Amino acid sequence: MQRRFGGVLAVDDVSLDLAEGELHAVIGPNGAGKTTLIHLLSGALRPSAGTIVLDGRDITGLAMHRRVRLGLARSYQITSLFPNFTVRENLALALQGTGQGRGGPDDRDRARAELDAVGLGNRADQLAGALAHGERRQLELGLALATGARILLLDEPMAGMGPEEAARITSLIEALKRRRTILLVEHDMEAVFRLADRISTLVYGRLIASGAPDEIRRHPEVRRAYLGEAYLGEEGPA
Amino acid sequence: MPLSLIAEQLLNGLQLGLMLFLLAAGLTLVFGIMDMINLAHGSLYMIGAYIAASVVEASGSFLLGIAGAIAGTALVGAALEMTLLRRLYRRSHLSQVLATFALILIANEIVRMIWGSQPILLNMPPALSGPAELLGFRYPAYRLVVIGVGLAMALFLWLLVTRTRAGMWVRAGASDREMAEVMGVDTRTLFTLVFAIGAALCAVAGALLGPLLAVQVGMGENILILAFVVISIGGIGSIRGALVGSLLVGLVDTAGRAFLPFLFRKLFPAAVASEAGPAVASVLIYMLMAAVLYFRPSGLFPARG
Amino acid sequence: MRDTLRIPLRPWPTLAAVAALALLPLAALAIGQPFYVVFATRVLIYALIATSLNLLIGYGGMVSFGHAAFVGAGAYTVAVLMPAGIASAWLLWPASLLAGALLAFLIGAISLRTRGVGFIMITLAFAQMAYYLVLSLRALGSDDGLTLGARPSLGFVDLNSDFAFYYVALAVLVATLAAMRALLNAPIGRALQGIRDNETRMEAIGFPTYRLKLIVFVIAGAAAGLGGGLLASLNGLVGPNLLHWTESGLLMIMVILGGAGRLLGGVLGAAVLLGAEEAIAEHTIHWPLGIGVVLLAVVFFAPEGLSGLARRRRADRAGT
Repeated sequence: MQRRFGGVLAVDDVSLDLAEGELHAVIGPNGAGKTTLIHLLSGALRPSAGTIVLDGRDITGLAMHRRVRLGLARSYQITSLFPNFTVRENLALALQGTGQGRGGPDDRDRARAELDAVGLGNRADQLAGALAHGERRQLELGLALATGARILLLDEPMAGMGPEEAARITSLIEALKRRRTILLVEHDMEAVFRLADRISTLVYGRLIASGAPDEIRRHPEVRRAYLGEAYLGEEGPA
Repeated sequence: MPLSLIAEQLLNGLQLGLMLFLLAAGLTLVFGIMDMINLAHGSLYMIGAYIAASVVEASGSFLLGIAGAIAGTALVGAALEMTLLRRLYRRSHLSQVLATFALILIANEIVRMIWGSQPILLNMPPALSGPAELLGFRYPAYRLVVIGVGLAMALFLWLLVTRTRAGMWVRAGASDREMAEVMGVDTRTLFTLVFAIGAALCAVAGALLGPLLAVQVGMGENILILAFVVISIGGIGSIRGALVGSLLVGLVDTAGRAFLPFLFRKLFPAAVASEAGPAVASVLIYMLMAAVLYFRPSGLFPARG
Repeated sequence: MRDTLRIPLRPWPTLAAVAALALLPLAALAIGQPFYVVFATRVLIYALIATSLNLLIGYGGMVSFGHAAFVGAGAYTVAVLMPAGIASAWLLWPASLLAGALLAFLIGAISLRTRGVGFIMITLAFAQMAYYLVLSLRALGSDDGLTLGARPSLGFVDLNSDFAFYYVALAVLVATLAAMRALLNAPIGRALQGIRDNETRMEAIGFPTYRLKLIVFVIAGAAAGLGGGLLASLNGLVGPNLLHWTESGLLMIMVILGGAGRLLGGVLGAAVLLGAEEAIAEHTIHWPLGIGVVLLAVVFFAPEGLSGLARRRRADRAGT
């Protein structure tokens, strides 16, 4: 796929495939085009060139909400919630939107399960706008999960989190492995190497490497391109 | 269709376009930099026309009239900005609409209280009231001067925005206000200045158009809506967009009103043409705006990304 | 379980309000000012129109600057059908409702592809087109507009009586408010408010936002059309000024004044604006100045409109 913005090629000839049940991480320095990639896959942007195929079906021109109905959902790097709704109502909306609920009070009951799944059980009736940053990221993830999508595009779910909160989210995602297919964009290398089945590296919009975590860790171009070379280390995370 | 008629209409269109530009420039900068919808912009144009009329009547000099209009309106604009309008920058567009609409009501009434409800007279300088010879056909001298002044102001603005430091700040502010602030631009003074300049431009347009259109209460609203059409087409925050948009609107509107009824009469039966022609001509610019917005929701030359 | 969106029904205050409104004509008679009944009827109709715009602006986040076009569509429908021989309100008013809905569908289908300021401008553009079209068509009376002979007939009620018309208008307003409450409490109402708060996220969790917005836009246009039909029936005449953009502006002001996003915001705004107009106009010919000052005061001191003020005071008293 390719995506141009005026003179800038944000995503340049990137080809990816996601196998069912795998957790595929996408890493790369800032500005590499990772979020643009998610925009393209989720339907927020149209590719300037290339196609997107889901289960054998070409969804390149499909509207975002239809992709969600087909089981492809995303979470946002910059938290995007409904601040004037309660946490429970936020999740209930996701149930309503994907047809799992009909918008009545039952939805808010069913949202309980989703609440607990992301660890926000004791925050059910809080307004989303009043949550702490870590909790907002939990809800952010929860919204994507509540859609029931088989394929999740997670955009830096651990953005701005301290080590404890990040660990919590990592365990959450780990529990999702196998049951869902996940494309994970992340900077937190510890999480990436713990979770990923495969890793692809994007630099300036180009895919420079793709393969098993060990391969990527040793890949010379990846180490060179990545500012945080220390993250990759000799032996990887302790 | 005689060539001189076509030429005359094109010049009229150019004249309208340039005057619209004077209004649109101020409006688009305020909108682009301060993110504020200012419905009272038309009222500044009205105030400019009224002040010009009064000064001309008192002094007999049209130039003095324009000068007085510029000074007076810029003062009013700056005062408004410093007292009321700067508190609206951070508010929602809805609140801005409400507040500036209120200003229109207040301005109209104050003008009515001072000058009365009847239109007042603003006469063009007698020296320019005759026709001028232009490449073999005659065109009102005054209108030529208006075009000349309009072109001069467009050039002046272009130089100001692209060649001076202040202009650079303005452009920076238009594309990213917070960044400009972080870079040390004194946004408070800049905003007041931008507003005052916008008001001055309105005054020039008001004074120049006064002899051609009526100087009356409510004259601002009619031209305001044209200015909004212009900046929607041109792109918010962009002087270039305002110029292109105003010329487009000025020409399309004038040419449409002049030639469309004629065209319709040639193409359609008389019964349909006599009504449809003028009807379509009057909505031509709105159709243009709707079309542009549909394909380019941010206008033709948006200042921001 | 907390429900932030549900609009409750408070039976006693509601009954009291409706009763008070029902007694108003009698009060007007008692003080020897039957003219106020017509004025109050106008307020009720504008309350209906402003409420329909409130649905768009306050609950849907769609700031439409061309709502007067739908009012005009409804009004002119009645004005055209009556001379053509249709005198029954049972036909005329649904027709004006349909006219508003149809125009809203056409304008909405295109306008809703834009957002934010572009949407405001494009709705303005379409409304202007409607205005100029009406202005230039001789069949619609051009500058002068059209006059209706008499008021439509409702059969068992004689609408030529100002009193009867008042009660009919009141009934229509109450029914509309009830319907709007039902709509907002229903799944589509929740979805609408979700779209208002975060449209992108709504799309990202599976909602067909364009379709939902269009449905609501059409509903609002229909209600405005009905209001226009009622206005035409009340006044006995229609003119192109009904569609002027300043009319759209006044409607927006009613919504903001009364409180956008509050069920009674449109009603309150219409009552206060028209009432203030009437009250100030009695004292000075320069009443728009007074209105302007009041509006400025509201923007700076009561940013959530007047119903926001009431809610704030209630919250303060409750110690929240």
